[in-house]
Order: sequence, then structure tokens, then C-alpha cells
Amino acid sequence: MKIKLKIWRQEDSKSKGRFVRYALDSITPEMSFLEMLDVLNEQLISSGDIPVAFDHDCREGICGTCSLFINGRAHGPDRLVTTCQLHMRRFNDGDTIVIEPFRSKAFPVIKDLVVDRSSFDRIQQSGGYISINTSGNTQDANAIAIPKADADRSFEAATCIGCGACVAACKNASAMLFVSAKVSQYALLPQGKVEAKNRVKNMVAQMDLEGFGNCSNTGACEIECPKGISLENIARMNREYLFG
Amino acid sequence: MALSGLFLVVFLLQHFIINFSSVVSPTTFNQWSHFMGYNVLVQFVLQPILIFGVVFHFVMGFVLEIQNRKSRRISYAQFKGNKNAPWVSRNMIWSGGVVLFFLILHFIDFWIPELNHKYIEGSMFHAELSDPSRYYSELVHKFESLLRVCVYVAAFVFLAMHIYHGFSSAFQSLGMKKKHKRSLLFFTQAFAIIIPLGFCFIALYHHLVSIHTIVPHA
Ligand code: HEM
Ligand code: SF4
Ligand code: FES
Repeated sequence: MKIKLKIWRQEDSKSKGRFVRYALDSITPEMSFLEMLDVLNEQLISSGDIPVAFDHDCREGICGTCSLFINGRAHGPDRLVTTCQLHMRRFNDGDTIVIEPFRSKAFPVIKDLVVDRSSFDRIQQSGGYISINTSGNTQDANAIAIPKADADRSFEAATCIGCGACVAACKNASAMLFVSAKVSQYALLPQGKVEAKNRVKNMVAQMDLEGFGNCSNTGACEIECPKGISLENIARMNREYLFG
Repeated sequence: MALSGLFLVVFLLQHFIINFSSVVSPTTFNQWSHFMGYNVLVQFVLQPILIFGVVFHFVMGFVLEIQNRKSRRISYAQFKGNKNAPWVSRNMIWSGGVVLFFLILHFIDFWIPELNHKYIEGSMFHAELSDPSRYYSELVHKFESLLRVCVYVAAFVFLAMHIYHGFSSAFQSLGMKKKHKRSLLFFTQAFAIIIPLGFCFIALYHHLVSIHTIVPHA
């Protein structure tokens, strides 16, 4: 496959970025999208250029490190996949692929396609935890009976990998889906009840402080989320916030 | 946003019911209009609340829009918003903007003449100056103009788009439970189509009746 690329290059957080065009002609449909970028970087390195910086770690869709806004969509054109699970067979020979970093005031670019998502960590730190007894007489996890349906919904919320695609895809750069998943995973369990009230207040306050936009319920996040986190979580968080 | 939006939806329904009476019974329309126009509670309590609601809603709408634009400093070179969210949900500021523009026209059409009649000519405080049967003929007269009818119909289309997203969005913002989602979506979207369609019908009805000069006298 021959592929043309238009990639955002930015030296560091301070400098002004720009698009740079590249062409690759030895791409196979079996390659993953990140392998295609690896091929590009090999070429750049061997010709003495600076490789394109992009985030990745597990490359199996579980860590939430990879990002990229590909042809106008977070994690590319497929539903329910991260960029690392995207393959070149989804593109055609001769295609031009536009690759941009996730864009949000709260996700400043560090270099090229790498953005700083530590705003998510700070939101998590502001309330995404529970207090447990670690004094040596820790309770058995199964001692508290939890309805299966609640456990399932909590688990579904907990599958959020914190990738930030919801923010990237939202026209308002709102982080509501992420925060609501983190609020919901505790809100649905008895262990999460203790801090429930402050958790949602603090996490929402931190979210606003970080500069994310306001949710206007367009639903783009739910469609682009690689883990299928549901909008139901946002409604639950609103409920917790307003009536909790 | 959600509360003021829902308040406006309730107002819209009330406005629709009164207007629809003009199609069914001009006498009822005149009675209701006169009551709304001269009742102290309606004029000096409900009307200021409504004005506050409208102003609050669109000012907050603009504030929200500005904040949201600021939260993405550099915009995407390519952004396929239509792949993951409906047009109406992404363009609330434009549909709302058209409605605001329409409201200004609407005020010039109906409200300014009312204010003039009530407070300049003085009918608010001199009952003998007010004609409780003038509303129907004024209404019909306004819709004689085809241009005005077209502008109103176009505005109702934008209003429909605005509440098609806004009405259900308000319930989501207020924490709607999953088990109510489908029925609320159905109800709010049906409302968003039927009510503006009804307003279009009223405007067209009076236009067609007036040009055929079979205006029933109230
Ligand atoms: C005066 C002109 C108006 C303007 C400028 C305006 C603007 C807006 C904006 C910018 C939003 C929210 C943002 C978004 O979801 O993207 C909104 C939401 C909404 N609007 Fe309006 N609007 C206007 C009139 C109306 C009217 C007449 C109604 C009802 C009949 C209405 C009902 C709603 C509802 C129900 C919402 C949803 C609130 C939520 O999701 O929490 N609006 N409006
Ligand atoms: S909610 Fe989905 S899109 Fe958002 S951070 Fe979590 S996994 Fe990523
Ligand atoms: S690299 Fe871990 S999810 Fe993509």
C-alpha cells in the first residue's frame, strides 16, 4: 500500500506546530496503525530526521496510552477500538491520512502527537478513591453482598481506560464521560457511598478547574469511546451532583 | 440551562394552546388573550419571570458557547462531527440564535403595539379604552402578509430543531434514569415536531382564511 500522511509536528509545548507531509510505500494491510508510524519513524531516523513522537504502551487496547485524532476522529474511523487496535486494512491504497493530537486546552501538546493528560490524574486524585480499613482486619470483599446488576454496571464504568478520546471527540472538549465513569464505578457500590457526596463535588470542581468544556449532550463521546462507556453514566453523575 | 429551557418549553405549550384557540373559536381566543393581557398577576408577576427566563437562557447559552470554544484553543484541521453526533445537537447556538432573532421580530410585531396600546394610549389603566375583542382581528391582519408567514414558518423550523435536541438534553442534564430514557426521548422529540408544526398550521390557517376573505367575525 502507498500511504500519504499529513502529521502535526510540534517541537515542544511552547513552539508553534504545523502539518508536515510524508509518503510511505511499503505499508501492508496487516500492519497496525502504530506499526505504520513505526515504519515512518525508522525511515526518518535512518535519514537523520527527528522521529514523530506519539504515545503508546500496551498496544492491545487496555492501557489507554495511545491517542491520535485520525482523519477527523478520535482513535480513527472504527467503533470500540483504540488507535493501537486500528489496522491499515481500514484504509485504501493511495489514501492521505491526517493525524492530529487530541486537542483540548486541558490536554496541552508536549511534542508532536503526544499530549499531557495529567489533568485526568488530578481529577482522579480529587475524589476517585474509597477509604478502606487496612489495619490488619480487612474485610473480605465478598462479605458485602452486591446485586449482580449493580456490580455489572459498576464494572462497565470501571472499564474506562482514561484515554481521553471522549474529550478529543467532543465539540466542547468536555470530560464528562470520563469523570462520570470514574464517579459511577464507585457510586454503584456500597463501598463508594462513604465519600459519595464529596467525590462528585470535588471531581467536577477539578474538571472545571482544568479547563474542560461543558457537556451539551451531543453524545459524540459515547460513540467514540473505545470501551463503550455509556451516557447513562453522565446522567448518573448529574443525579449524584444535583441530588446526592 | 436545563431548568430555564424546560421553563421555556412550558411557556411554549401555554402559548400554543392560546394561539390554537384562535383556530377553534375566535371568541375564546379573545377572552384568553384579554385575560393574559390585563390580569395583574400575569402581567406583573408571570411576565417578568418569563422575560427573566428568556434572557437568562440565551445569555447562559452564549456564555456556555464561549467557554466551550475556549476549551479547545487550536481547532482540528479535520473534524468529522457528523460521524458521532446529530447536527441539531452540535448547532444549538445557531438554532437558538435564529429563535432569538425571531423573538425580536415577534416583539416588534405583537408586543410593541401592545405596550403602545396599554401604556402610551393608556388602556391598561382605563378599561374603557380597551377593546376585549380586538385580538383576533389583529392576529388575522398580521398573517395576511405572505412574507410574515414565511418568516414565522422558517423560525418554527429552527425552533423545532432547537427543542428536538434541547428538550431531551435537559432531562439528561437533570440526571434522567436509564429506564425513562426511551419514553422521554419519544415524548420530547414528538413534542419538538408537533408543537412547531402546530404553530406553522396556525399561521398558515389565518393566512389562507384571510386571503379568501372568509374571516369569521368575532
Ligand atoms: C432566545 C433564543 C435562544 C437561544 C439563543 C438559545 C440558546 C441555547 C443554547 C446555546 C443552549 C445549550 C447548549 C447546547 O445544548 O449546546 C440551549 C439549550 C436549550 N434550549 Fe435554548 N435558546 C433559545 C431559545 C429557546 C426556547 C424558545 C426554548 C424552548 C421553547 C429553548 C429550550 C432549550 C432547552 C430545553 C435546552 C436544553 C438545556 C439542557 O440541555 O440542559 N431555548 N439553548
Ligand atoms: S470514557 Fe471512554 S473515551 Fe473517555 S477516557 Fe474513558 S475509555 Fe477513553
Ligand atoms: S497502547 Fe494501550 S490502549 Fe493503545
